[in-house]
Amino acid sequence: VCMTNCPTLIVMVGLPARGKTYISKKLTRYLNWIGVPTKEFNVGQYRRDLVKKYKSFEFFLPDNEEGLKIRKQCALAALNDVRQYLSEENGHVAVFDATNTTRERRETIYKFGEENGYKTFFVESVCVDPEVIAANIVQVKLGSPDYVDCSNDEATEDFMKRIECYKNSYETLDETLDKDLSYIKIMDVGRSYLVNRVMDHIQSRIVYYLMNIHVTPRSIYLCRHGESELNLKGRIGGDPGLSVRGKEFAKSLSQFINEQNIKDLKVWTSQMKRTIQTAEALGVPYEQWKVLNEIDAGVCEEMTYEEIQENYPLEFALRDQDKYRYRYPKGESYEDLVQRLEPVIMELERQENVLVICHQAVMRCLLAYFLDKPAEQLPYLKCPLHTVLKLTPVAYGKCSYIYLLYKSGYTHQER
Amino acid sequence: AWASYMTNSPTLIVMIGLPARGKTYMSKKLTRYLNWIGVPTKVFNLGVYRREAVKSYKSYDFFRHDNKEAMEIRKRCALVALEDVKSYLLEESGQIAVFDATNTTRERRDLILNFAKENAFKVFFVESVCDDPEVIAANILEVKVSSPDYPERHRENVMEDFLKRIECYKVTYQPLDPDDYDKDLSFIKVINVGQRFLVNRVQDYIQSKIVYYLMNIHVQPRTIYLCRHGESEYNLLGRIGGDSGLSPRGKQFSQALKKFIEEQEIVDLKVWTSQLKRTIQTAECLGVLYEQWKILNEIDAGVCEEMTYAEIEAKYPEEFAMRDQEKYLYRYPGGESYQDLVQRLEPVIMELERQGNVLVISHQAVMRCLLAYFLDKSADELPYLRCPLHTIFKLTPVAYGCKVETITTDVEAVNTHREKPSLNSHTLPSRQSPVRMRRNSFTPRASADTVKRPRHHSLGSKPLHLLGPLPSLD
Repeated sequence: VCMTNCPTLIVMVGLPARGKTYISKKLTRYLNWIGVPTKEFNVGQYRRDLVKKYKSFEFFLPDNEEGLKIRKQCALAALNDVRQYLSEENGHVAVFDATNTTRERRETIYKFGEENGYKTFFVESVCVDPEVIAANIVQVKLGSPDYVDCSNDEATEDFMKRIECYKNSYETLDETLDKDLSYIKIMDVGRSYLVNRVMDHIQSRIVYYLMNIHVTPRSIYLCRHGESELNLKGRIGGDPGLSVRGKEFAKSLSQFINEQNIKDLKVWTSQMKRTIQTAEALGVPYEQWKVLNEIDAGVCEEMTYEEIQENYPLEFALRDQDKYRYRYPKGESYEDLVQRLEPVIMELERQENVLVICHQAVMRCLLAYFLDKPAEQLPYLKCPLHTVLKLTPVAYGKCSYIYLLYKSGYTHQER
Repeated sequence: AWASYMTNSPTLIVMIGLPARGKTYMSKKLTRYLNWIGVPTKVFNLGVYRREAVKSYKSYDFFRHDNKEAMEIRKRCALVALEDVKSYLLEESGQIAVFDATNTTRERRDLILNFAKENAFKVFFVESVCDDPEVIAANILEVKVSSPDYPERHRENVMEDFLKRIECYKVTYQPLDPDDYDKDLSFIKVINVGQRFLVNRVQDYIQSKIVYYLMNIHVQPRTIYLCRHGESEYNLLGRIGGDSGLSPRGKQFSQALKKFIEEQEIVDLKVWTSQLKRTIQTAECLGVLYEQWKILNEIDAGVCEEMTYAEIEAKYPEEFAMRDQEKYLYRYPGGESYQDLVQRLEPVIMELERQGNVLVISHQAVMRCLLAYFLDKSADELPYLRCPLHTIFKLTPVAYGCKVETITTDVEAVNTHREKPSLNSHTLPSRQSPVRMRRNSFTPRASADTVKRPRHHSLGSKPLHLLGPLPSLD
């Protein structure tokens, strides 16, 4: 589907420590993964580049003339870069990450959008729960370059005062005054949402995504099926069962999962024998997803790479040139795979602890989403057999990952 | 069904809103969508129960909140309806019940919440709020004038009485209060026909799908045109699947389609095709921009691709028989079932809901799935819907459903429709049919024969030029 005709400018709105940057980064990662070129522009970063050393919250006082001047300059510099990205560099979506807490500032940005032919969509995060705010400060502000020379207590105190600077002039998006704008207002980290005038497909997808993500701590475990009979023969695709070593892996996996003592773990597999057999060894209920099936190699199914090179040298060469977009004759490309995996990603966002037992190409796609890897790198991500990857969300929606349970068996082909 | 996997406890959707706010419209549409994606859903419309209890409607006086006798009757109707809801969800394998009534007082909603709690149902409220008098007047004209309550159908009288009916409710209307009284409930508030939404405490996957659906539908008038590609070379040979081009008659149809579209003078028509040659060639003739959707590709017949039905029956007699027994669930070895097709078509339906005027050029099985969605056909009927070649279906939303017109072009084509054969009676109950047994067994969905026959030629890469024989796959 053609998602966007004119570019979209997403404008974050909210007091400091309300998760704006978290949302910006996560949304940017998701949009890029589904193939919509997106970039975030964090005004705080522009400020740090201009004002080399942060002194204190006083920079943000509403009557600090010099501070105001610099901050406005930064906003305009960022908007200029937005324009370059959307109008000259083929970007589709720009995420303007700043507080944007006054109607006046938002007017300026909206006019800028109109002048340049962009659709503007506001994302406001409203939160009054002091515990959430305190947790945010601890998670992302204490480690900020602004507070590199401060103790935690000093940093927290200063940051709280910084928030106060914004509060007096904060004009939240209003049902009446702002009724003609397109926006989503997220309240209390997703407890409720107010959605106004969704204009097009991309805005509707953004809203759906934002309404499905959460911040409850959890881990996602990704692994491939155990070694299969065709893996042993060096053949791709097909629907073989597990080899002897593959069955051993399934047992190790079962042991490993039990030891981890994961709360309410969901287990997902594809609808191919090798992932189902792997899951069966766990002795727990699991869900089979057809869309988790391995990439369809079309005419090359069940061939070895040598056979492919011998019989289809042109195809073999084409694939190496653009492995992401290359589609096997009568089969699929990685790009097709990403499209079919999107509901899995959406559901993974909704869920908490999940173990996904899948396949090499599928796992690469999922991993690229979580680790924000671009299309060029995606088809070369290392996903060896008999290895479990544990992904845990850390600051700003990123994921830390560790390899667990590594054993022999390796089907990764270098570029 | 994949979507039905995702729901554990049954869900009770409770509509809220003054009369003529689109509650029944949303109830019916939502129910149609949920059933199509495989979640058994049923609407319980309180007005129907009331008409059963009070045979003849006299006037709006019945709805006055100080009319004690009427209030008693109305409460009793609600309780009867809730009993039917309970029976549907607990005894009849229903998953979702939509309770379509005004439910405008906290008292009534508390009663429903208690009922749900006693029976361990999840509750999700859908409130429709609208203060635009033009919208309300239009609603009354579209659906109330023809209501059984107003047999004489005199528009002005109906309008007058109905507006007074609405006033009766306004007196006691307590909208959902997200900030205080109702902050712990799960609900979506639809404001001014989808201009704005307030969403509170979505609990699970199915509620999130319901919210997404309600946020994508609209009521702007528009028309959807569905047709198949022009007759293909394989159609002429009686072969299924594959990726053949148009036959000469198929090309003629494309011209006829072009003429038809021009005559319809449609504003801003979008044209969608699959990524198979035959739909693309059909669209090319129109001379307008079109979008190719891979998910509109025809059902994958796996090992049976490019065979004739006679060849399939000869080579795979068991498969052939099984397919006739349960055509909706039956999955071709190495291929797909109609059920799989519905799952893959869901984004198309969602985008069709968002769009205005659209022409979708697709394939027989695909078109059956889309048509079943718009015309609310069950899984049993779906695989046997008639979608002949060279015929255009014109769908226009009207009142609570869809008006359908079939336009036959005068370009002849082969008939590709197979009726459901009359079968010998089974001794097995349908739950134990071979198709279902296979599905539920541990053995994988792909067949033992994993040799892939030539499948869809994707236009992403050039056709194959074999430089040597394919190796044997021992």
